[in-house]
Amino acid sequence: MIKLFSLKNQKKDGEQGSIRAGNPKRASAAQLRITKDINELTLPKTCNIDFADPDDLLNFKLIISPDEGFYKGGKFVFSFKVSSNYPHEPPKVKCETMVYHPNIDLEGNVCLNILREDWKPVLTINSIVYGLQYLFLEPNPEDPLNKEAAEVLQNNRRLFEQNVRKAMLGGVVGNTYFERCLK
Amino acid sequence: MSIETNISFNNLRKILERNGPFCHSDFECGEAAFATLSQCKVLIVGSGGLGCELVKDLALMGFTNLHLIDMDVIELSNLNRQFLFRQKDIGKSKAEVAAKFINERIPGVKVTPYFNKIQDFGEDFYRSFHVIVCGLDSIVARRWMNGMVISLLEYEDSILDQSSIKPLIDGGTEGFKGSARVILPGITPCIECTLDLFPPQVNFPLCTIANTPRLPEHCIEYVRILQWPKEKPFGDIPLDGDEHTHVQWVYEKALERAQQYGIEGVTYRLTQGVIKHIIPAVASTNAVIAAACATEVFKLATSCCAPMNNSMMFNDVDGIYSHTYEAERNENCPACSNTPQDLFCSIDDKLETIINYLKESPKYQMHSPGITTAVDGKNKTLYIQSVASIEEKTRPNLKKTLRELGLENGQMLFVADVTSPNSFIFVLKIGNNLG
Repeated sequence: MIKLFSLKNQKKDGEQGSIRAGNPKRASAAQLRITKDINELTLPKTCNIDFADPDDLLNFKLIISPDEGFYKGGKFVFSFKVSSNYPHEPPKVKCETMVYHPNIDLEGNVCLNILREDWKPVLTINSIVYGLQYLFLEPNPEDPLNKEAAEVLQNNRRLFEQNVRKAMLGGVVGNTYFERCLK
Repeated sequence: MSIETNISFNNLRKILERNGPFCHSDFECGEAAFATLSQCKVLIVGSGGLGCELVKDLALMGFTNLHLIDMDVIELSNLNRQFLFRQKDIGKSKAEVAAKFINERIPGVKVTPYFNKIQDFGEDFYRSFHVIVCGLDSIVARRWMNGMVISLLEYEDSILDQSSIKPLIDGGTEGFKGSARVILPGITPCIECTLDLFPPQVNFPLCTIANTPRLPEHCIEYVRILQWPKEKPFGDIPLDGDEHTHVQWVYEKALERAQQYGIEGVTYRLTQGVIKHIIPAVASTNAVIAAACATEVFKLATSCCAPMNNSMMFNDVDGIYSHTYEAERNENCPACSNTPQDLFCSIDDKLETIINYLKESPKYQMHSPGITTAVDGKNKTLYIQSVASIEEKTRPNLKKTLRELGLENGQMLFVADVTSPNSFIFVLKIGNNLG
């Protein structure tokens, strides 16, 4: 057991308790953890990650360029914002490219379970990268965020495929204009 | 009137003036034990539900040198349980009002308030206390305090200097449930060791919120997450749960949506509760947990008894259930598992030389170390090889010397590598041959 006072008497230097703003000289646990995540990223060849400022590991962009499936040839940018409460809280991820996709709405919100209800602190940035990549390989009409796209996918896969193409080439699908996002 | 002569402290005397079979072997009964109560400088973090209880408990236990920090002001909804506050105090600093109340009520006690955020103070401030006890409602704040007490640890030749340990007692409550734990940083599990034990925030699947709402909460979350950023009713500003007009707007929109789906139960109160993640607080739970925490402070300060080892949970939803258990340290804890290691080097060594040393030294044999450091509390990335965009931007650092990189003696380097589940922490010892 530690004994507070016998030890304390030897150490008086801290007693002034100077009021000085300051951060611990150590990095925060969130910072250490994200550094670890970043250092150990093993990106699939369809993914690229971009840091505008190498000192800011909490904000970055992920670029996915699927090489198979409906979205082959497209290029989709996601922004990641990691909070100081990482990994207790998941990063905030938004899709910056407008995409015709059942699980991504037109504002860029992404419906991926590990980004919200199924996030666990053992998951990493890599898990999210793979999760997002999977969304492009297997769009899931069961959990729609873009209901119209989901209905088309469920009822007419060919039409869905055509719509995706049209949107990626830059064109109107439904009532929405999509900007060209081919690689 | 001193503690020794004040009859209010008769019960305390029974504990502190006698030795007993369960006393800690270091315990010296009598005057010395009493003296520790007035010498012990205790910091209470948070002056809310738990904080009011804690400062009252500690003051009535004989502690006379108390310090209380809280960044919040008093709100009407606090008054049912934060008993040091009155209606006239609404809008004033919690720490200041609580300190004034105790100082006037309990003779001989001096509570020093700080109307501040915990982040306003640095290592010198926190080092000046003997014990820190937390009554916080946020995990971010707990993690910050935890990081602070860990960064106060000092090592000599990788052996922990026990006098640098600041015990952290952490209390927490959620409705009828509560927990208390004793953290001896560097010895017993810290907050980060057991981070995954904190209940995750309730998050509904986005698609449920968007398409198949069933609960009033789904409707409120729909407005908060999807409608607010889209419609920007008050311009491009974040939603503020303390701003009546914001909450009112969310409430009205959520009510509209609820009616579309035939969902009942959307109220203004629920709306505010969902936006601010309000968890109902129960006064008696706070009392139980604060008492447990105060007892631990007392045990640590006087050594009259071994401290709890090391966690306790309490639940009186259905009868009373309580359980004390020994949480275990996480050997890969990012905060407390790695003892800083000395890295001897010269100010004219290049970063590249250091990286090669970490790769080639038989002790480390790293594969592709990523190196960061902290300058003024902010991250500075020195080199990370595995991410192309960072590698490009930090490559010029490889050819720079430590001097050119602005690194100083005692600076900490954080090194992540695939060969270890954890980051290494190195302390630069400049003026030596690399090793």
